[in-house]
Amino acid sequence: MKFLPLIWANLLRKKVRTSLTIGSFAVALFLFGILAATRSAFGQFEESAGVDRLVVTNKVSLIQPLPIAYRDKIARVPGVTGVTYFHWFGGVYKDEKNFFAQFAIDPENQLKIYNEFSVPDDQWQAFLGERTACIAGRKLAERFGWKIGDTIPIKGTAYQGDWQFHLVGFYKGKRAQDDETQFWFRADYLDEKAEAWAKGRAGWYALKIASLDDAIRVQKAIDGQFANSAFETRTQTEQAMAASFAKQMGNIEFLILSVGSVVFFTLLLVTGNTMAIAVRERTGEIAVLKALGYGDSFLLTFVLFESTLIAMIGAGLGLVLAKILTLSGDPTGGMLPIFYLSPQALTAGLGLGLLVGLVSGALPAYSAMRLRVVDALRRL
Amino acid sequence: MRPLMRLGTGRIGGSGLIVVRDLDKKYVRGDEEIHVLQGLNLEIEKGDYVAFMGPSGSGKTTLLNLLGGLDVPSKGSITVAGDEITHLSGKKLTEWRARHVGFIFQMYNLIPVLSAFRNVELPLLLTSLSGAERKNHVDTALALVGLEDRKDHFPRQLSGGQQQRVAIARAIVADPTFLLCDEPTGDLDRKSADDILSLIDALVRDHHKTVLMVTHDPRAAERAQVTLHLEKGVLVENVEARA
Repeated sequence: MKFLPLIWANLLRKKVRTSLTIGSFAVALFLFGILAATRSAFGQFEESAGVDRLVVTNKVSLIQPLPIAYRDKIARVPGVTGVTYFHWFGGVYKDEKNFFAQFAIDPENQLKIYNEFSVPDDQWQAFLGERTACIAGRKLAERFGWKIGDTIPIKGTAYQGDWQFHLVGFYKGKRAQDDETQFWFRADYLDEKAEAWAKGRAGWYALKIASLDDAIRVQKAIDGQFANSAFETRTQTEQAMAASFAKQMGNIEFLILSVGSVVFFTLLLVTGNTMAIAVRERTGEIAVLKALGYGDSFLLTFVLFESTLIAMIGAGLGLVLAKILTLSGDPTGGMLPIFYLSPQALTAGLGLGLLVGLVSGALPAYSAMRLRVVDALRRL
Repeated sequence: MRPLMRLGTGRIGGSGLIVVRDLDKKYVRGDEEIHVLQGLNLEIEKGDYVAFMGPSGSGKTTLLNLLGGLDVPSKGSITVAGDEITHLSGKKLTEWRARHVGFIFQMYNLIPVLSAFRNVELPLLLTSLSGAERKNHVDTALALVGLEDRKDHFPRQLSGGQQQRVAIARAIVADPTFLLCDEPTGDLDRKSADDILSLIDALVRDHHKTVLMVTHDPRAAERAQVTLHLEKGVLVENVEARA
């Protein structure tokens, strides 16, 4: 602590340069934070997917439906403890830019299979008691300022017509990665109002199994049961399905690593150069400090601490800004419903800042340590 | 006139505060060996005020660097208060320097981003003194050089003479065994130079400091109790001693 005035005075020696260096760190780490949140958003399905859930889709494509009659047959497969199903509705709320995911759900089993979501009992009972009722995720309701009792008009696209839903409740996720931007309504209402081609269908099934060890046998049993039928199935874990879904959107991880690497090395050069200049400018002062009895290891630590402090202030600033941005939610209007900066990403960002600070300060710090007092004083 | 010191090329007793024996310093440049100091012997007592004079390249500053533990000799030994410093490792030598030597440079060499107070405090940061104790020491040192009212000023806000006073306060604040002054008045006008020399006189006279000063200025050298002349790395025997 007693050396703090010395460190602080050095940081403020060239205020513009220090500010610009901190600023470059802040921008880079802000970018890192946003990329990490984007990666997290793309990986949302995988992150929020249940490890003990399987998903049964049409073998041809996810958008091809399956008969509703499959539900009971799947439920009877040994090892399956519960089944529910979904329809992707894909309607438009007022304007196409107001995109959000709308699902027709099986009210009886939804919360049994997806127990990471919770709805207050009275609201859930209201949902069960009214065919046109709907439940909105907490963030979705916040986004549009919906209140219980509102009528939500949605214009159908795949399922034609104007649909009116009565908002009776909100659901919440128990974990940070749980998607709270979905819109649920009752599958029996869809079945009642949909055109003939869509009646008696389910978009896909989700089921719980008793034991993870049993997953492969259950998958084979389900797909075997419907082999050679008009609606062959493809059963996989929810995580596998989510991963393949994310892959369809591109290799986000590669993109983040590429951009991150470029940012990292650019920063390294920029700060390394800045620190080298800063130390070179202070050659005489470092020599004087050595003459006064400041040791080599002290000066090594001193310069490293200075570069690391600049890096960490910049990194902290950038990550705080990124966190603030992500706290305001999805910036794309519904494409990235889970847009948040996880504690792990924040830690990784700070770690990156620390690493760049240490590496960029290493060479100047070594030079300061190796400086011969006699030579430096002679040059003054 | 008391015998201030013994010097020369022969063996000496070794009871002084600073004892230099058979000191050689040479540099190698390419194939050439440059002998900066050769066979130097010197003994300085506590409270002595010694000026070293000589033409450029005579080895004055090299001798000062060796005495201050900033450089190591090629041969010979330097003993200060019974400790031989010539064989100390870099780390030990640094620690020794912090404890025993106060440096006063020609260009003051203050840290420009630190106030006078913080500059003077620098040597004390290496000690275990508390903040209050450090403040007490710094205030005393600044008062001694007559700058207690300038302690919050930065070097750029002080005249050359005032900056050198701050440098002197920094040199004495940790109460080192001896002070090494390298052309302390070389960058000052006559008036400021006289003030600085009077201050050094007072440190020797009133506070019994041991001062070794390199100078080109005969008026500065006159203030010392003894002036030693160096020529081509050898101490010549024309000691000028004053009472």
